[in-house]
Amino acid sequence: MASSSASDQSQLQLETEEYRSPLSPNKDPKYKKNKRGPNKFFKLLNSKKVVPYVFISPFIITFLILTLYPAIQGIIMSFQSVLPGQVSFIGLENYSRITNGTFYKALTNTTIYVVLTVIILTVIPILLAVFLDSKLIKMKTFLRASFFIPALTSTIVGGMIFRLMFGEQDTAVANQILNFLGMDAVNWRFNAISGMFLMVLLASWRWIGVNMLYFLAALQNVPSELYEAAKIDGASKVQQFWYVTLPQLKPIVIFVMTITIINGFRMFEESFVFWEAGSPGNIGLTVVGYIYQQGIQQNDMGFGAAVGVILMLIIFVVSIINLLVTGAFKRGDE
Amino acid sequence: MSKQNHAIVKWIVNIGFIIFALIALFPIISLVISSFMPSSELMRNGISFNITMEKLQLDNYTYIFSQAPEYWAWYGNSLIISVVTIVLSLFFSSMVGYALALYNFKGRNFFFILVLFILMVPFEILMLPLFQLMINTQLVDTYFAVILPMVVAPVAVFFFRQYALGLPKELMDAARIDGTTEYGIFFKIMLPLMGPSLAAMAILQGLSSWNNFLWPLLVLRSNDMFTLPIGLATLLTPYGNNYDVLIAGSVMTIIPIIILFIFFQRYFVSGLTVGGVKG
Repeated sequence: MASSSASDQSQLQLETEEYRSPLSPNKDPKYKKNKRGPNKFFKLLNSKKVVPYVFISPFIITFLILTLYPAIQGIIMSFQSVLPGQVSFIGLENYSRITNGTFYKALTNTTIYVVLTVIILTVIPILLAVFLDSKLIKMKTFLRASFFIPALTSTIVGGMIFRLMFGEQDTAVANQILNFLGMDAVNWRFNAISGMFLMVLLASWRWIGVNMLYFLAALQNVPSELYEAAKIDGASKVQQFWYVTLPQLKPIVIFVMTITIINGFRMFEESFVFWEAGSPGNIGLTVVGYIYQQGIQQNDMGFGAAVGVILMLIIFVVSIINLLVTGAFKRGDE
Repeated sequence: MSKQNHAIVKWIVNIGFIIFALIALFPIISLVISSFMPSSELMRNGISFNITMEKLQLDNYTYIFSQAPEYWAWYGNSLIISVVTIVLSLFFSSMVGYALALYNFKGRNFFFILVLFILMVPFEILMLPLFQLMINTQLVDTYFAVILPMVVAPVAVFFFRQYALGLPKELMDAARIDGTTEYGIFFKIMLPLMGPSLAAMAILQGLSSWNNFLWPLLVLRSNDMFTLPIGLATLLTPYGNNYDVLIAGSVMTIIPIIILFIFFQRYFVSGLTVGGVKG
């Protein structure tokens, strides 16, 4: 009894003096120290407080170097006149130059493109996925593959095919079809409506299958009990789609819409592949195309950066509105 | 609805879908057929319904295999860049998305909103300053410069996060009681459950890397460092005398992606049948 209380006391002393609690006073303190060091480190590394930061560290590092730094640099550049070996601040001059007809043309084109692609690339893939998930459709594997295969082409390859199919010759496929239907051949790449049509068609052709796969994957996760319950309540197929399927697909719908909006505003290649440097009357000019034209072709990097800042603001506002309207900020564990 | 009506609807829907699928496939089929046409013919007529069978030949392919070494250099570059990008971006992005979904930590919402924000920042506006950075660090004209901006893909992080929200948290607690480390939980238990999302992102990342255009166009300077889209685009611009390489080369550009798709499609099917992924 007496000895145990004595060791208790010594433990207390050790704890207060050395700020650590020894397991037994008999053991070699050096050995303990060696054993405790890495243990403590691994414990810390494995604690729920530290682990998430280790997991997200790649994001933090790349964010600092590849996003934050160039973003700040880009904003600074937008107030500068950037010439080789001669950089000077010129205040808001770049921004005041943006309010011109060419920029408005580019912005209008881009906005029309975004609206059309968001509608097409959300609605059609959902419908395709729902049908492909139902018992109504045969040959599912073939159909799924057929819709996805266009996504395997690059915009450059896809665009090249479309250029050749929608050539201005009477012998090109698209005009052959029009002639067959008794209509006049169209100069596809040389007027505004058909030019927009080509860009939207190329993007839709390439992305419908991808978005369809997202929805198909999400449909696998809809509990079948929900449909059974709806059936018992006498819901029709359309009602089941509207009240069971769509709400269950909501997170993935938000994902697809967000990506489509952003990709729409970033659009460049679909225009580049049809018209390369410049389209007649700027019918295919997009905002990013304008940045490329001014920043790289005209070597006016400061002005290009200023257009970029404006584009970023537009995308930011539109995306936030989209996320607020669709309620994406509600947490999943609520 | 009568049974007969139902059968008719079924027929109409099925036929409609087959027609739609054929329309989707038509450009690819016509590309493959056109690659056997003389390139001069293609120049003159575009892709046309008038095909003379006698004119089909292999000239474009014999030319590309024997006299277009630059095409094969682009090919190798694209392969290396895409494979490295897929591996790195899946590894890092799944880690980040998983942590954002399943851990409660200080700044979690901040980092998630940051991911969303970066998702909204078009790469195109960061492009010019990043290009300057690559020049200053002398990385221009290297694979590294092309791959670096893609190693943590905000799109993938966002998708993994949304996906991981649906993973069973109870499994984590059970594994903790068994003494598994947090890293073991991720790599051994949760990451396999994320299989379907990994497959989907492998396809997406592979495609965006293989098809990436604007950034490689800036940082790759010499012809033998070009990737396929850049190389093929250089054939689009000059006055159409390279249609043989362009058209046959385009066909062969699609093949490795189809292989990748078949490979990961299998993973899709098996991944989707793995339990415990209810959203």
